Amino acid sequence: MKIHEYQAKQLFSEYGVAIPKGGVAESADEAKAVAETLGGFPVAVKAQIHAGGRGKGGGVKIADDISEVVKHADAIIGMNLVTPQTGPEGQPVKRVLLEKGLNIENELYLSLTADRENAGILIMASEAGGMDIEEVAAQTPEKIIRVHVNPLAGIYPYHCRQAAFGLNLEKELIKPFSQMLTALYKLFVDRDCSLVEINPLVITQEKQLYALDAKVSFDDNALYRQKEVVEMRDFDEEDPIDVEASKYNLNYINLDGTVGNMVNGAGLAMAVMDTIKLAGAEPANFLDVGGGATAEMIENGFRLILSDKKVKAILINIFGGILRCDVLARGVVKAARNTEINVPLVVRMEGTNVEEGRQILADSGLDLQTARDLKDAGEKVAALV
Amino acid sequence: MSIFADADTRLVVQGITGKEGQFHARQCVEYGTKVVAGVTPGKGGQKMDAIPVFNSVAEAVSEAGANCSLIFVPPPFAADAIMEAADAGVDLIVTITEGIPVLDMMRVKHYLKTSSARLIGPNCPGIITPGEAKVGIMPGPIHKPGGPIGVVSRSGTLTYEVVYQLTLQDIGQTTCIGIGGDPVNGTNFIDCLAAFEADPDTRGVVMVGEIGGSAEEQAAEFIRQNMSKPVVGFIAGMTAPPGRRMGHAGAIISGGAGTAQGKVEALKAGGAHVCEDLGRLGELCAKVF
Repeated sequence: MKIHEYQAKQLFSEYGVAIPKGGVAESADEAKAVAETLGGFPVAVKAQIHAGGRGKGGGVKIADDISEVVKHADAIIGMNLVTPQTGPEGQPVKRVLLEKGLNIENELYLSLTADRENAGILIMASEAGGMDIEEVAAQTPEKIIRVHVNPLAGIYPYHCRQAAFGLNLEKELIKPFSQMLTALYKLFVDRDCSLVEINPLVITQEKQLYALDAKVSFDDNALYRQKEVVEMRDFDEEDPIDVEASKYNLNYINLDGTVGNMVNGAGLAMAVMDTIKLAGAEPANFLDVGGGATAEMIENGFRLILSDKKVKAILINIFGGILRCDVLARGVVKAARNTEINVPLVVRMEGTNVEEGRQILADSGLDLQTARDLKDAGEKVAALV
Repeated sequence: MSIFADADTRLVVQGITGKEGQFHARQCVEYGTKVVAGVTPGKGGQKMDAIPVFNSVAEAVSEAGANCSLIFVPPPFAADAIMEAADAGVDLIVTITEGIPVLDMMRVKHYLKTSSARLIGPNCPGIITPGEAKVGIMPGPIHKPGGPIGVVSRSGTLTYEVVYQLTLQDIGQTTCIGIGGDPVNGTNFIDCLAAFEADPDTRGVVMVGEIGGSAEEQAAEFIRQNMSKPVVGFIAGMTAPPGRRMGHAGAIISGGAGTAQGKVEALKAGGAHVCEDLGRLGELCAKVF
């Protein structure tokens, strides 16, 4: 789960990580009122959407007086912001963050991530602040300092020193940097984060450290124990079809092709998408109904697939283990009747009670083809689109 | 012969009185697995069918001689259950639970370094040595006992598809293991490949990977350096879009890393026979093995 920059900065503030003086506004009038409390200019006006690259799309502006604050806020709030990360359709901006400018001397990069390879927390730091870290990693990997923290032991001063010396920090900054990094680590663990990123981390001319930007995301598996985090979720930032799928407990991802498909199990679902492609067609979605799919889930799965008007045919592939084929077949028949499926259907079933399942489909009077095996299924459905 | 589980496996099911635990404990018994105990804290002294239920894994070990645990405990309590099993001294811990927080699994992974217990999973179908022991949720009848092929996979139903195609080609299996779809898991591809390489009855291995992480790339390097037995590889997710989590928590292409194309290339370079069309995997295996 992702949150906005201003929400991430609220969290930073709670943990004692310095952020620029600022506030959020949902209108130009509010923006004016917030800017007047900041005690000076310049003021940064920053669009609050989840996607990165906001500056490139015109979503971040600097105001030198109050009239510019109003002008920029008015232009940004309500705009459809297109960045390299939003895709061409863009994302509407509902609010801006206003922040007092800093006397920037230097910009650094700092992040903490859940590192699957080492089953630990990985601190990454770089003197190349303000740049895309993946670009830095590709072009000048020696500029990235990596420090691994064992989650059982937690963070120690030597981890912080390793990062600080790697960044060539001036002596007087080592202690405040270590405090900041320790606080960020605590935030990461307390709130079950998957990413905490500050890019850039700013050193001011007054030798102070500030998080000029903030990006925080969370482990979806841990949301059950993070009630405050869940309250920060912004559904407007998510694809409505994804929100609907998560309501039904289905793993659905919309794609560009024309062959809808429904599969039990994530790995098999990916392999079925690949099979469709190999047969010469393109998958319209990824949909994993899981091992314990019920007739209701199958029905909801059909609804999701059919809500995509590009879909010209549907392939159902179920390997019945725990989910018996006869149960699945009854679910398909019921769902097909309730949702008025108006595209041809290819069904491939295998596993427990498969004969019974095939009989139920054959007797249903539904317009569907059955496939012998996966290869046959891919070829049959590709021939339909 | 087999790896990790066999006719001597004495199973304790943690969470045996829950819906899933009960159903699958019965399925394991029906397959012929020696299910010697169940654990549900607070229900010690009861029985599930003929299986005695204990309050702790330690009791299941000392009273019933359990040496392997199968975990169906819900995500908030799963890390606790795994560490309890390790402390109780079981050799093998198979965790089916899906949705365990990553930080919990990181701590468990480091904790298990102080123990001799092997963890399989989480978020996996388990392990089966056909004809000897089923420790998991896979459908037993699709397997063919007697070997000579080992199967290792990050997936559940995709493994069933692979095993079924092997069985249709009359190729039996020594042991089939699902290592799970989470980003942090216990046993990995290399552990299984090394064990299959050492198992005299296994003559070849089918390895089923998917997008995300670099476990397949590391396995490919291991195959190149250490495997004398043939390996057939399959990678799911050639058509998966980057940046999206494909069902499994670990199945995500991030920052251009973890693509199916990259894994296929790595496996080929490692000397594996890569199957690019799942529908023909059985045919390829019949040719290679």
